[in-house]
Order: sequence, then structure tokens, then C-alpha cells
Amino acid sequence: MKKDLIVPAAEGLYCPSGRFHIDPWRPAGLAVITHGHSDHARWGSDAYLCHEDCAPILRKGLGDVRIETLRYGETRQIGDVRLSLHPAGHVLGSAQARIEERGEVWVASGDYKLEPDGVSAPFEPVRCNVFITESTFGLPIYRWRPQAEVMADINAWWAANARAGRASVMQTYGLGKAQRLLKHLDAGIGPIVCHGAIEPLNQLHRDLGIALPPTVNVGALDKAALSRCFALAPPHAAQSGWVRRFGAHSDAFASGWMRLRGNRRRRGVDQGFALSDHADWPGLLQAIAATGAERIFVTHGSGDALSRYLAESGYDARPMATEYGDEALDGETEPMSEADIDGA
Amino acid sequence: MRTFATLYRRIDAATSTQHKRQALTDYLRAAVGDPAQYASAAWTVYFLAGGKPRQLVPTKLLRQLALQATGLPEWLVDECYHSVGDLAETLALLLPPPISVDDAPLDVWMNERLLPLRAREEETRLSALREWVDAMPSDDRLPFFKLVTGELRIGVSKLQMTQAIAEATQLDAKLVAQRMMGYTQANRTPQAQDFVALIAPAEAGEDGRPLRGQPYPFFLAHPLQAPLSAFPDLLGAVDDWLVEWKFDGIRAQFIHRAGQWWLWSRGEELVSDSFPELAALVDFLPDDVVIDGELVVVASDSAARAALDDIHDLRPFSELQQRLGRKILSAKILRERPVALIAYDLLEKDGQDLREKSQRERRALLEEVVSVAHSSAMQVGAELPLRLSPALSRPDWDSLAKLREEARARGAEGMMLKAMRAPYGIGRQKSGANLWWKWKLDPMSVDAVLIYAQRGHGRRSGVYSDYTFAVWSGPPEQAERTLLPFAKAYSGLSDEEMRKVDATIRKTTVENFGPVRSVRPTMVFELGFEGIAASARHKSGIAVRFPRMLRWRQDKPVEDADTLQSLRALLPGGAA
Repeated sequence: MKKDLIVPAAEGLYCPSGRFHIDPWRPAGLAVITHGHSDHARWGSDAYLCHEDCAPILRKGLGDVRIETLRYGETRQIGDVRLSLHPAGHVLGSAQARIEERGEVWVASGDYKLEPDGVSAPFEPVRCNVFITESTFGLPIYRWRPQAEVMADINAWWAANARAGRASVMQTYGLGKAQRLLKHLDAGIGPIVCHGAIEPLNQLHRDLGIALPPTVNVGALDKAALSRCFALAPPHAAQSGWVRRFGAHSDAFASGWMRLRGNRRRRGVDQGFALSDHADWPGLLQAIAATGAERIFVTHGSGDALSRYLAESGYDARPMATEYGDEALDGETEPMSEADIDGA
Repeated sequence: MRTFATLYRRIDAATSTQHKRQALTDYLRAAVGDPAQYASAAWTVYFLAGGKPRQLVPTKLLRQLALQATGLPEWLVDECYHSVGDLAETLALLLPPPISVDDAPLDVWMNERLLPLRAREEETRLSALREWVDAMPSDDRLPFFKLVTGELRIGVSKLQMTQAIAEATQLDAKLVAQRMMGYTQANRTPQAQDFVALIAPAEAGEDGRPLRGQPYPFFLAHPLQAPLSAFPDLLGAVDDWLVEWKFDGIRAQFIHRAGQWWLWSRGEELVSDSFPELAALVDFLPDDVVIDGELVVVASDSAARAALDDIHDLRPFSELQQRLGRKILSAKILRERPVALIAYDLLEKDGQDLREKSQRERRALLEEVVSVAHSSAMQVGAELPLRLSPALSRPDWDSLAKLREEARARGAEGMMLKAMRAPYGIGRQKSGANLWWKWKLDPMSVDAVLIYAQRGHGRRSGVYSDYTFAVWSGPPEQAERTLLPFAKAYSGLSDEEMRKVDATIRKTTVENFGPVRSVRPTMVFELGFEGIAASARHKSGIAVRFPRMLRWRQDKPVEDADTLQSLRALLPGGAA
């Protein structure tokens, strides 16, 4: 058998021939970063390599670290391997890492979704021999409705609240989901408020040329405007004093986990919208098939179920333990808080 | 099904009782105004008020449907089920989208499709089900499957349903409560005329009195949790209260009218057939009386009792359990586990509704009725399965508290406090001075170790919330001692605590067995329970009743958890 281009190591996924890690969860030498969510872009490595749009996000999260960037499709020789990044459609600047050595190609997907979200570069399948896929929503109960339908529901919820004179407060993760929502909100309904933890990320998107509707700080609106507004806030803020500024309001949460009634009820919000930046079950199967890979490693999420299903479908598939938003390994993580950290 | 599904979704999405009630009232107003909806409304009221027909579609068939319609392997469907924690929802999420649309009202679904399904040939059942589901909008499937699995659990109480009907019809809530009695019995198939009877204008003379075998709504008690020192302020003088033991049996209403008798459980099920020995009461009780009381198993060697209110021979609840849920009562079980009704209230005498009379007056009348029945039984040498709940009289709250300590030894769970001047109310009344209080003993407790965990259901689906607890087989100095599982519990923790426990379980998992994980023993909980009995069916030899977590003992190392010996010491008689 050919040698493995990527192996699980203590710090994270490791490429021995290139002597770099991919999304290491502990400090490493060179860290190739698939995207800017905090469970993938962790602190402490000597140097970082990511997509050019990911760099400002990384800098915002990690401070003044050494970062080199690549464009999608651009190739870099590192040690014995050629590395390139390809769109993953997860959030702005998210990438799949393609590694090639002597004709053998491995791709580590990072997090991905197939449906274009209007903000990040749409997912592109990459042919490879071995594919390392995520499986956050790796069970057939997870099937997303088209984004247009979910956004229509969200806008309808907002419009109904605005008519009733109450604000619509959406709890959401600040990077990715917030901008995706913004992009598709019907700004004609009312003003849009963004919490201070989210606004800098919006600005970062705007600076990279992504058009988003105007957003304001909560303090900028009078009572009448507040009663019609749509507000975006991270969950902790939406449960804090900040939210009292809106008076009586309706609240909601947008996440793939909201597909399950138990999660909606536990969250304790008026509405749960199943909108995810991860692939659903049909999406995972489609993406895996499109790679043409014969060997599949399945990381965080429902790795056991997806890899068993793939194995029964004729793939050489097995789970690979990681610490990305993984329920079994990350002590802080259960499905609900997972949504908070990785844009589920 | 659309109308029902829409109502279901509205109630399910409601985050306040007020919204829930509004949804119910809106629905009922529309239904009341539209006779074409009466037949389906009859079923809607039945389901939302807690009615459960015997399972409409066997689980096995539903699983077959899931496998056939999705083409997924069985293990993956199981995996989905464990992740969702609810079969109905799993089906709703897994089944492919509809290929046509059909919308039959709920009564047609029930009367023409689901109820007759049981009688159909095995092979045609699956195809019928498949055909129906293929024509059902995705949105309607969750309510549909909730209904057929008998797991509706949507958080509407019978009281809320009653109030919503009263609001929609402008009828008196007490009248509606009376009309609702027995409405949700398991084997009923409510029809349009049943809904008409619920919403009809009050007839002259219809004052909320039950007809024939119908019971009165039960008056329910509130837990009394105040410290003893607060009793005088809260309750006043001890003389103003009727104090009784809180028996550990089944609350029941015995009705004797027109020479017939009926026995209703607190859940408003007619249970006369399960307790045939109570037929003897008919011969000695006057006609047209209704008694509220508690069913308990009594010692079978009916030694002569000193007084009407002698209750020295009550048996534990576990023995009553052996009588429940049996289709056939053998002569042996009737002989070995005879029941008696411990009477504690009189709701009707000579056909007169006594509920507005004070507790004091009702008690006097009850004593008279029971004592007359006993004297007539004695004259013919008959054994009468009827006792009088003793009135416990003590000069002050402190001495009453002292007496309460004896509750367990007397087969009781604590005491009941009932205001002497209070009428007999309906349901669990919100406030006021005329409440019934249950003043229960603190639960028994041991410190136990969490050894298995399973993901929960409903609101807790996906979270490890159901735990199995163990105690040590021997003292610490015993090197080879092991942890013996003895109880499962899933309540008592805050959401925050449960999140932490869930995270610890995921980190300390040793093995997965389907939905269950075994964990490295690291967590100790103070486990409370109401009763304890020896049991041959449990590995530990012990069965506990209503176990729940009182406290997470994060301060306690696993080695210091309790032993089987400390558990056995709690058995009646303290068998070591």
C-alpha cells in the first residue's frame, strides 16, 4: 500500500511528507488552516497557511501571527508534496486542502456545504484517491430545505413580528452564518441591528467586496425603529442584558441542529430555523462520490455511522478521531454549543 | 389531518401557556361554529386532553415502513432513532417527500383508516400505511406519527382543554369539567354527538352533576414544602385542619347509583373490572353515594380489626402493582392480594352533591355512612373491603410532625392536610385558603454511582439524561467489591448540571451498547426514592420507587458511595 499522506497525530491531522499539520488543535510548526472557526484555527502554531480571504479572519482571532496565503487553485510545494486549496463553501475563505505526492492525491475537506450561500466561494469537488470528510450532520435525518425557502421563512417571521410591533432577535454564530443571513434578509422590512461581536466580521466581509445590507448598532435606533428591527447576536449576548434593549421581542436560532424538535425546545427560543453551513446527508454522499476517492476517512460528527454506511456501500471507509467540534472528545461540546462554535 | 396538524404545530411552537391557550381557543371557536367539523373535533379534544387509544399502529410496522420507504439499513435507522429520541419524529424526518396530496379529516383517519387497520391482514397493513404517508404533506407527518405512536405529549393538560372549551363556548368551566369526565377513556371512539354534548348550552337543572356512572372531577393536593416553623402563619390553628395519612395506593372514586357500581381511577379510567371485590360494597352502602378514597392491598389474613379506621394491615404499593395491568385476575391473586378502599371523602349522598358542604360536614357524613355499612355487614358476618381513613388529631403542629415520622412504618408516605371549612374543589386549584396539602416525608436516599447513561427523549433528545445507578456490593475494605446497578433515574438535575454530566459521560465512555454507554465510574449522586422493597427480579435484590437525583455529590469520591448493606437497611424491618 502507498504511504499515507495525512495521518492523525497528537496535534491534529499531519502530513509527514510536507511536515505540516492541517487545523491542528495543539500548537504545531506549520499549520494549514481550512477556515477561521475557532475549533479549526487554533492558537499557538509557529506559522499559518490559509486562503487569502481567511487571513484577515485568522488575524482577528489569533492576533499578530505569521500567515501566508494562497488563492484557490494556487499550488505550493512543501517538502515532498504539492499543496493547493479549493473552495469548501462553508464560510468566507474556507478551503479543502489538496495534497499530492507522486500522483497520489489526498484531500482534507475541512467543513463544507454544497449549496452556494452567496457569501463564500461555492464548493468544488476535487478528484482524489483519499478523501477526509467531515460528518457533522452525517445521519439521514439531516436533509436541508433549499436556502431560498428557509430565508423566505425567516423573512416572513421578521415581517410578522414587525407588523406586530416586536423586534426579531436571531441568535447566530458571528462568522459565516451571520453574514449569510444578512445577505438574504429582506432589508425592506426594517432596520438591521448587529451586536458588537458580529459587526467587525461584517466589516471584514465588506472590505473584501462582499455586499451586505447596512447594519446599525442597537443604540442608533429609537423605540419605534427597534420594534421593527431584525437583530443578530451571538447566543450569549442574546441571553444577556443586551437583549433587554428591544423590550418585548421574538427570538430565534438558525442552525442545522434546529431540524430536531428536541433541540428547538431545549434552546427555548420561539423559532428554530434549520439553516446550516455544513453538508446534509445527501450532500455528504454526493460530495464523497464526486471526489472519485476509493478511501474515505470520516472525521467529527457522526463519523461511525457515515463510515459504516460508506463501507457497506463499497468504499474503504473508516472513522478518524479529531477534536473539531467532536462530541466524544471535546468536553465543552454538546450539539447545542457545537452550533455556537463551528457555524453548524 | 391538516387542521389537526396545524393546531399541533401552533401549540408545539408556543412558548407560553397563554399562546397555547389562545391556539386551543381559536381552534375550538372555529370548530364549534362549524358542524361539519364536530366529528373531527371530538377526536381532537380526545387526543389533546390526554386520550390514548391502544397503540394504533404497532411499532414493528412503523419500523418496517421506515426501512421500506427509505431503503436504509436497519442499523442506520436505529442510529437515527437514538439520535432523535422519538420514533414519530424519526419517521417524519426520514421518509421521502409526498408524491400526491390527500387531506382527510381526523375522524376519517381514525374511524375509517387507523382503527380498522388492526384487523387487516399483515401484508396489506404496510402497503396501506405506505400509501397514506406518500400522500401526506411533510409538515403533517410529525403530528400524524405522534398520534399513531400514542406519544402526543404536547403539553396540554386536561384542565387547559376544559378551560379552552369553556372559553370558546361561554359555558361554566365547572360544567365543562363535569362533561369532560371519562371523555378520554382508553377504549372510547368519540363521535360528533360527544362533541355536541360537550359544547351544548347548559340544560335547565344541569348543574354540573354527573350522570349515571360518571365521577366527579377529583380534587387534587399541593405539596407542602414550608418549614414546620412557618405552619402557624401559613395554615393557622391545627384544629382547623383534618389531618390524615397520605396512603401509598391508588386514588379512586367509588360510585353507587341505581343499584350499580363504578370505580374510577384518578386518571379517569374506569377500573371496576380490576377490583371485583369492591362489588361487596353495593350490598351494604346506601344507594346514590359517591366515595373518594384510596385503594390499597391489605393483609389477606383478615384478623379482626378493632375499629373502622384500623389500618394496621396495609401492604406496600409494590403488592398493589401486582394487581395492575393484568387482563385476567386469578383466584390466587385475588386471595393473596385483596384490596380495600380507604374512604376519606363523601361527594354524594342520597343523590345529593355534597361538594359545596364543608370538609367538617362531609367528614361527619362519611363516618356515618361507613359505620352504618359496617354494622350491616357485621350482622350478616360479611367481610367489607372498606375502611375509614383515620382522622389524626394532635394538639399542635409540632406533635403532628412527630407523628408524621411514623408514616412509613404505617405504610403511608406522609400526611394530608385538608381545611375543615373548605368545600371539595375541582382539580389542582391555584391558590386560596381552601387547598388540600400533601405533607410528604423526605425521601429515603443513598449516594450512588452513575455507571450507564442513555440519551433522553423529547426535550432531552440527544443528551445523555437517563442514568443507571449502582451501589457497592461490599464495604471499602473488601478488595473484590463491585458496583451493583439498582435504579434508573432521569430527573432532578438542572439543565446546566445535565450539560456537565453529559459532557463527562462522553469523556468517560468505556463502551457503547446501541443507545447506552457504560462509563468509568466517576460521578456520585444522592439518589432519593419514595419506597423500597425486596425484589427477585432485580440483580441487586432491591426495587426502589420514584428514584430521582436529589443532588450531584461532586464532593464525594466514588469509593465513598453507599453499599448494598446501607440500601438493605432501609427495607421495611431494616433487613440487613
